[in-house]
Amino acid sequence: MSRIIGPIARLAALGLLLALVLKPEWFVPVLKPFTENNAPVIYNQGSLLSLTLYHLGLVAIASLIGTALALVMGVFVTRKAGAEFLPLSRSLVNIGQTFPPVAVLALAVPVVGFGVKPTLIALVLYGLLPIFENTITGLKEVPENVVEAARGMGLDPTQQLFRVELPLALPVILAGIRLSVVINMGTATIGSTVAAKGLGEVIIAGLLTSNTSFILQGGIIVALLAVLIYDGLAILERRVAKRTGRLAEVAG
Amino acid sequence: MIELEHVSRRFGEQLAVDDVSLSVARGTITVIVGTSGSGKSTTLRMINRLIEPSSGTIRIDGKDTAAVPGEELRRGIGYVIQGNGLFPHWTVARNIATVPTLLGWEAGRTEKRVDELLSLFSMRSEDFAKKFPHQLSGGEQQRVGVARALAAEPGLLLMDEPFGALDPIIRAKAQEDLLAVQRRLGITVVLVTHDMEEAIHLGHKIAVMDGGKLLQYAPPAEILANPAHGFVERLVNGVDRPFRLLSLSTVATIVEPGTADGPPLAETATLRDALSELLWLKRDALPVAGPDGSLIGRVSLAALRAHAGGPA
Repeated sequence: MSRIIGPIARLAALGLLLALVLKPEWFVPVLKPFTENNAPVIYNQGSLLSLTLYHLGLVAIASLIGTALALVMGVFVTRKAGAEFLPLSRSLVNIGQTFPPVAVLALAVPVVGFGVKPTLIALVLYGLLPIFENTITGLKEVPENVVEAARGMGLDPTQQLFRVELPLALPVILAGIRLSVVINMGTATIGSTVAAKGLGEVIIAGLLTSNTSFILQGGIIVALLAVLIYDGLAILERRVAKRTGRLAEVAG
Repeated sequence: MIELEHVSRRFGEQLAVDDVSLSVARGTITVIVGTSGSGKSTTLRMINRLIEPSSGTIRIDGKDTAAVPGEELRRGIGYVIQGNGLFPHWTVARNIATVPTLLGWEAGRTEKRVDELLSLFSMRSEDFAKKFPHQLSGGEQQRVGVARALAAEPGLLLMDEPFGALDPIIRAKAQEDLLAVQRRLGITVVLVTHDMEEAIHLGHKIAVMDGGKLLQYAPPAEILANPAHGFVERLVNGVDRPFRLLSLSTVATIVEPGTADGPPLAETATLRDALSELLWLKRDALPVAGPDGSLIGRVSLAALRAHAGGPA
């Protein structure tokens, strides 16, 4: 059953998303009851498509930077030379996660100004933790005898890392990236408070004018994006895990 | 030829290997036996410098191993570990090709070598080359592990409890495979185990270690007949000593002139098999047949008894 439901639900979510973004006027009858005093039903201060693309672009850039940083840190602290930096790195990353993104925005604006920059800083910091922790877990979970065999065969440390350890840790690292991307997808909406273009604009406009219809449009588009990306990355992860034979190991 | 000269290894305060000297002749199997913590694995891993000795010298064919970069040294030495350590994300063929790839062999040469090794371990290339390790049985994984270690035609093979994770039937088969491959390729093997029976069965020479020290280094018959006092004696007493001793020699070594009634024994049978037959058939002697089937003499219970005992 779930084999059929999965793809159908996925297609339905994708269809709904495309319709909301490309043909918002189709939803006038549904959203009309959520507006008062003849306020506009459909967001009219910019194209939903371009806002969605901005939003995705912002999340993509933040996730790329975050992934690169967290990966390098995670690899470094699992090497012999970097082991003593593990507690320090871990506290730094944890602070990034604990510090509310809104507060990061507030502190970043005076330094770097309004717009995309403070938003990127907040998103990168907020998304580090899951990737960093999963990189460490993934690398530590690589079976010891496999690493030992790699050394014993004469692979040098770089070859061990890139040919054996990282490929085997990849499914776990991907799970961290997936989590981080989804967190960023939601968090990016607050970027609009400091004038970064994105779907947050729609939601904030709705909040400011008490227009529930705007809030719903913005919220649903962000939610659908998050669900679809989560789902897509999970499929990718399973493929990678299967290829490395680890799924079969887990399943016995 | 491998020579260890006064090799020691310290981990912090602890002396894991304490002044070990031994030499391994080319083309033989040497088994290092000991309990866990005896220093046997550390000794083995110092040969390919996975662990660096704290002091002492290790030479392979006269060349000091410390003079060669570790990676280069290891690429020239086969290495097999417990649970085989196959790379789970690589196919069987790519696993076997690990060292040839590192050495930059041409694709054609590597491919040919992989096929050769698979057939050496009676695995059909078309059935196995593209499989992943998790699709193989434990015995097949073990064979691929050995094939991978032999890929770049090393003269020396190091094995760290290679059969430890196998069930008894597959283990016996893996041991026979190893003996056959070693005889065929004439390679030198150093193998670590905690199992005295395995050591007696496989080793041309056995090194017994305890507490980091090499207690005795001798051929199996010598270890069984004249174990060093203390630990070795206790270790050897545990196995059926006379039967072990008998299993090390063939009937040909004690055949005596004369005849006897009953079904003939092959001269290549072990003395243990001979004793078993004599006891079962309730006879004092049985005839012995040569390779062509003609009778060449007899084997008697008395001769077996003389062979099976310790020093008087």
